Amino acid sequence: MPPLLQLRGVSKRFTGVVALDGVDFNAYSGKVHALMGENGAGKSTLIKALTGVHPRDAGEITLDGKHISPTSPREAEAVGVSTVYQEVNLIPDLSIAENICLGRQPKRLGLLRWAGIRERARAALARLGLEKLDVNQTLSACSIAIQQLVALARALDVDAKVLILDEPTSSLDAREVEELFAVVRKLRDQGMAIIFVSHFLDQVYSLADRITVLRNGKLVGEYIAAQLPRLQLVAHMMGRNLAEVEALQHRAPPGTPPGKTILETKQLGRKGSIEPTDLHVRQGEVLGFAGLLGSGRSELARLLFGVDHATSGELHVDGEKTSFGSPRDAIQRGFAFTPEDRKIQAILPNLTVRENLVIALQARRGLWSRLPRAEQDALVEKFIKVLKIKTSGPEQLIKNLSGGNQQKVILARWLVTEPRLLILDEPTRGIDVGAQADIERLLAELRDQGLAIVFICSDASELSRNSQRLIVLRDHAKVADLAGADVSEHGVMHAIAHSGPSAP
Amino acid sequence: MKRPDPRLLPTLASLGVLLLLFGLGCLRFPDLLSPRVILNLFGDNSCLGVAAIGATFVILSGGIDLSVGAVVAFTGILVASLLGHGVPPLAAFALALLVGTLFGTLMGWLIQTFELPAFLVTLGGMFLARGLAFIIHPQSIAIEHAFYADTLPGFSLHIGSTTNAAGRAIPLLLPFTAVCLGAATLIGTLLARSTAFGRDIYAIGSSESSARLMGVPVARTKILVYGLAGFMSAFAGLVDTFYKQSGNPASFVGLELEAIAAAVIGGTLLRGGVGYIPGTLVGVLILGLIQTLVTFQGNLSSWWTKIAIGGLLFVFILLQQVLSKRKA
Amino acid sequence: MSPTDFILWPVLAALLFFTRKQALMKPLLALTLLLLYNRFCSPGFFDLEIKEGHLYGRLIDILNQGAKVMLLALGMSLVIATGGVDLSVGAIMAVAGAVLAQGVAARGWSPATAITAALGVSALLGLWNGLLVAFLRIQPIVATLILMVAGRGLAMLITDGQIINFENPSLVFLGNGYFLGLPFTLTLVLVMLGLTAFLTRRTALGLFLEATGDNETACRYAGLPARNVKFLTYVFAAFCAGLAGLIATSNIKSADANNIGLYLELDAILAVVVGGAALTGGRFHLLAAMVGALFIQTLTTTLYAANVSADIAPVPKALVIIAVCLLQSPVLRPKLAKLLAKKERPA
Repeated sequence: MPPLLQLRGVSKRFTGVVALDGVDFNAYSGKVHALMGENGAGKSTLIKALTGVHPRDAGEITLDGKHISPTSPREAEAVGVSTVYQEVNLIPDLSIAENICLGRQPKRLGLLRWAGIRERARAALARLGLEKLDVNQTLSACSIAIQQLVALARALDVDAKVLILDEPTSSLDAREVEELFAVVRKLRDQGMAIIFVSHFLDQVYSLADRITVLRNGKLVGEYIAAQLPRLQLVAHMMGRNLAEVEALQHRAPPGTPPGKTILETKQLGRKGSIEPTDLHVRQGEVLGFAGLLGSGRSELARLLFGVDHATSGELHVDGEKTSFGSPRDAIQRGFAFTPEDRKIQAILPNLTVRENLVIALQARRGLWSRLPRAEQDALVEKFIKVLKIKTSGPEQLIKNLSGGNQQKVILARWLVTEPRLLILDEPTRGIDVGAQADIERLLAELRDQGLAIVFICSDASELSRNSQRLIVLRDHAKVADLAGADVSEHGVMHAIAHSGPSAP
Repeated sequence: MKRPDPRLLPTLASLGVLLLLFGLGCLRFPDLLSPRVILNLFGDNSCLGVAAIGATFVILSGGIDLSVGAVVAFTGILVASLLGHGVPPLAAFALALLVGTLFGTLMGWLIQTFELPAFLVTLGGMFLARGLAFIIHPQSIAIEHAFYADTLPGFSLHIGSTTNAAGRAIPLLLPFTAVCLGAATLIGTLLARSTAFGRDIYAIGSSESSARLMGVPVARTKILVYGLAGFMSAFAGLVDTFYKQSGNPASFVGLELEAIAAAVIGGTLLRGGVGYIPGTLVGVLILGLIQTLVTFQGNLSSWWTKIAIGGLLFVFILLQQVLSKRKA
Repeated sequence: MSPTDFILWPVLAALLFFTRKQALMKPLLALTLLLLYNRFCSPGFFDLEIKEGHLYGRLIDILNQGAKVMLLALGMSLVIATGGVDLSVGAIMAVAGAVLAQGVAARGWSPATAITAALGVSALLGLWNGLLVAFLRIQPIVATLILMVAGRGLAMLITDGQIINFENPSLVFLGNGYFLGLPFTLTLVLVMLGLTAFLTRRTALGLFLEATGDNETACRYAGLPARNVKFLTYVFAAFCAGLAGLIATSNIKSADANNIGLYLELDAILAVVVGGAALTGGRFHLLAAMVGALFIQTLTTTLYAANVSADIAPVPKALVIIAVCLLQSPVLRPKLAKLLAKKERPA
C-alpha cells in the first residue's frame, strides 16, 4: 500500500541556519507514525513546513497521490491535514461547542444557529467517544486534557485525512494521556493517518506503528516500531551508533572530594509538575539532571530555587529545614539560577550588558545601597575579560549580543553574587561551540573552588562529561541515581530507556 | 442542579445589585415604584446606554475607546447645526452616523495597521472630536425643527395609562429615547450573540493569537469594532438631541468613563472576551438608579453618585479578579 | 532682535548640539521648531519685561503654566517605566486642592498643616492605586480608573460641594509667587526634578524601574522586588499629583473640585510619550519628559497667541498625539529607518 502522505526532499533554512535538509517522510492511513528527535532536530519545522506555517525552500508534498502546497494552516485543513498543537490554541472564554465550530458555524439568514452549533459539536465529540461532555461548558473551566480533546475534535470537524499531534501530551498526566491515546487509536482504526510528535519513549512505543527519527535537520531513518529496540532509538536520536555508545569510556573528572551537603530534598514535589524526589548536592561537586526535554528537569530546578512552590516534601539547606517563598529567599541563602528560557526568564533585552550583569547583585544589596558606577564598571570589565564575552562594550544592549554571549552575561550576573549553589538549566543550548567550551571549563573551575553545582543538559555526553553524579528523570519523576562508572552517556540512555515503570 | 455558566456570574451579580438597590429604594421612597419614574429611568439614561453598548464591543475585543464622550458631543452639535442650516432631518441623521462610523473606523485602522496603543489613538480621537465640535459651533444650539417639536413625540410608545391625583387618566408613554436604547440593546445583543462577527470579537478579546490560528479575520474585525463603536457614539449623540432638543459641543466630558464603568459593572471583563450586552444595560440602569436615589434622598449631595460608582467599580473589578484567579 | 534672542537660541542650540542623550534630541528639536515658528509668526511672543524685580512674559507663562504637567510627568515617567499608567492623577489633584482649601478656610489650619495633610492624603490615594496594581495585580488602566471616577466625588465630599476660596498669603504664594525673579512654581519643579533624579540615578531605583518594565519575569528570577518597586511608583505619582494640585488650587485661590486637574492626566501621559518613553515600559528620561511637558504647554500658548479659541486647542494636540504614535509605531519605525538609511547611502 502506498503512503497516504509523502514528503520528499523538504528543505528549509532560516537566515543562514539549515533547519531541514532534504527530509523525506511518509504517513500511511490506519497507522500512527511517530516523528522523533531531540530538541532542535527539526521536528516542528517539518510540521510547520507541512501545514504551511513556514514556506519551504525545496521539496514536495503529495497527499493521496496529488501534489499539495498549503500556505496557511487553514489551507492545510481544507485539503485534509489538521493539527493539534502542544499548547492548546483555542479560545479560553468561549464554550466547547463554539470552539469546535468557530469560523464555520451553521447559520440561517446570516444569523448563527446555536442549536446547530451544539449539535455539530456533539457530533464531532461523539466521534472521539466523548458523548458525555457538556458542550456548553466554558473551555477554560475544563482540564488541559479535555481542552486537548476539544482541539482534536475541532481538527476532525473538517474532513481530516491526516492528523498531526504536535507534542500533545506535554502537560497531561498519565491517565489523561491514556484517554487521549484511546481516542487516537479509535481514529487510527477508522483509517486516518496520524503523525505523532513526541519525545516520550514510553508513549511512542505504546502508540506508534512506525518511527521516523530526525537529527540536526536531517533524516536519520524510518523504522518499524516493533523492530526498533529502545536503546537503538535513543542512540539514533543522539547521533551515536550503538557500539560507539557502549564503547564510550566514562571520564570521571578528578576534583577535590566533595565537601558538606548544602542542599537536600526529602520527597520534595509539586502536584502536576514533578513527583516527590530525594536528592542532595554537596560543595565541590556537579550534580547533573539527566532526562529528555519535558521529563521534569526544569520543574525540579524551579522548585529548588523557589520559583515554584512545593506541594509536598521538605527542603533542607545546610541541614536546616527551610522553604522558599520566592527566588529572593533562595538568593539570600546563596543560591543562583540561570533559567532554561534565556529570552523570557533571564535577559532584560533593552538594558545594557552592564545593567544585566549587576541586576542580581543590586537586587540583593537593595534599593538604597546602589553599587557605585566605578565598581559596576570594574565588575563588568573583569567578567567581560574572564568569560571572554564578545561585546562592543559594557553599554551595548544585551539583545544585540549572540546567544552564547548573552548566556555568559547571565552567568556573570550570578557569579558576581558569589553564590554557594549554582543551578544551570541548559546553559549551553543554542550557543556556539567556542562559548560552550568556555562554559564547560568555567563549570569545572567553579566546582574546584568549592561551589555546589546543579547542571541540567539535554546532551547526555556533555552532561556526563561534566557531572560527578547524576539523577535521571523521566515523565516527571526521578527514575535513577547514577554515580561513579554509571555516569556516562550509556548509563543515561540505559536509565531513560529501561529504568522502572513510568510515573503514575 | 445545573451550575450557572461562570461567565454569567458578574452579570448576574449586577442584576442582583440592581434589584437590591431598587428594592431598598422602594422601601425608603415608595414613589420610586411609580411607572413614570421607571420609564424615565430608561429615557434619561438612553444616551449613556447606547454609547456604553458601543464601548462594550470595543472592550470585548480587548481594546478601549476614550473618544466616546467627544464623539457624542460632536454628533449633537453637528446635527443641531445641520438642522439649523435647513438640512432635512433624515439626511442630517444619516450624515452624522456616517461621520461617526468613519471616525471610529479610522481610529481602528490606525490601531490595527500601525500596531499603535488603542489608549493613545482614541485619546487623540477624543481631542480631535472635541475640537471639531467647537469648530462647528462654539456654543450650544437649540433645535427648533418641526421634526423634533411635532413628529418625535409621536414616536413615544404608548404602553398603558395611569390615573393622576385628580383621578384623571393619563397615558403612560415610553419616551422615544428609551425606544432607541431598547433597539440598540436588542440589535447589539443579536450582533454579539448571533453573528460570526460578534463571536469573532469575543474570540479576539479572549486570545488574539489563538483566534488568528483558528482563521478569524483579526485585522478586519478589530477595525470594524472601532467603526461600530463610532457608529454607536454617533447614535448616542442623536438620541441626546432627541432628549435635550439641542446640541452642545462642551457636553459629555467624561462620558467614556461612565460608559466603561457601566460595561464593567454590567459584567464585561476589561481584559476582553467575556461580557454581555444586556449586562451593560443593567450597568447603565444601576448608574441611573444611583443618580435617581441620590436625587430622591434630597439631602444627599450629587458627589455621592461618583463615589458610589467608584465603589461599585471597585467591587466588580475585584469580583472579576477573584473569578479569573479561581479559573487559573 | 531682542535680548531674549541672544540668550534663548544659543542655549537651545547648545543643548541640541551637546546633548549626548538621543532621547532628549527629538522633544528638544520639536520644542525648538515650535519656538522658531513663534519667533517669526507670533509678534511679542518673546517679549519679557521686569516689573518689581519679577520677570513677566509669554515664556515665563509657559514655564509657570507648564509646572503642573511637569510635576505630573515626573511621577508618570516612573509609572510608565514599569509598564503601568496612572489615570487618577487629575482627580488626586482635585482631592489635594480640596483638603488644602478646606483645611485652611474652614478648619483654620496653618498653611503648613494644610499642605502636609493635602500631600499626605494624596500619597494615601497613591497607596491605594499601588495596592491594586502591585498586589492585587489589577491592570493599571482599570485599577486607576476607579479613583479617576471616584476621586472628584471624594474632593467634593471634602469641600461639601462648595468652591472654597482662600486668601492666605503663603498659599497664594505657592502658585502665584515669585522667587529669584522667576515664578515660585519653577523652583518647586526644579526641586522635585532634582529629588526624582537623585532617587532614580543615585539609588538603584532607576535600574529597578527599567528592569521591571523591560521584563518582569526575568526580574523575579533575579530576585528583584518588582512588586514593591511598582507599588512605590504609584505612591510617588500621587505625591507629585498632590503637589500639582496645590499649585492649581493656589493659582485660582480656590478649590474647584470639578475642574482642577481635569484631563491633566492625559497631558502628563502625552508629555512622557513625547519625551520618547514607550507605554509598554522600560527606559525613561526625566528631562525629555520635562521638555515634552513644555512642548505641550508651548503649543497651547502658541494657539493662544494666534488667537485660536481655547476650545479648539484640542485639535492640534490630537494631531501631535497621532504623529508621536506613528513615529514610534513598531510597524512604521523600521520602514522610516530604512528610508533614512537609503537617503544617506548615496551621500
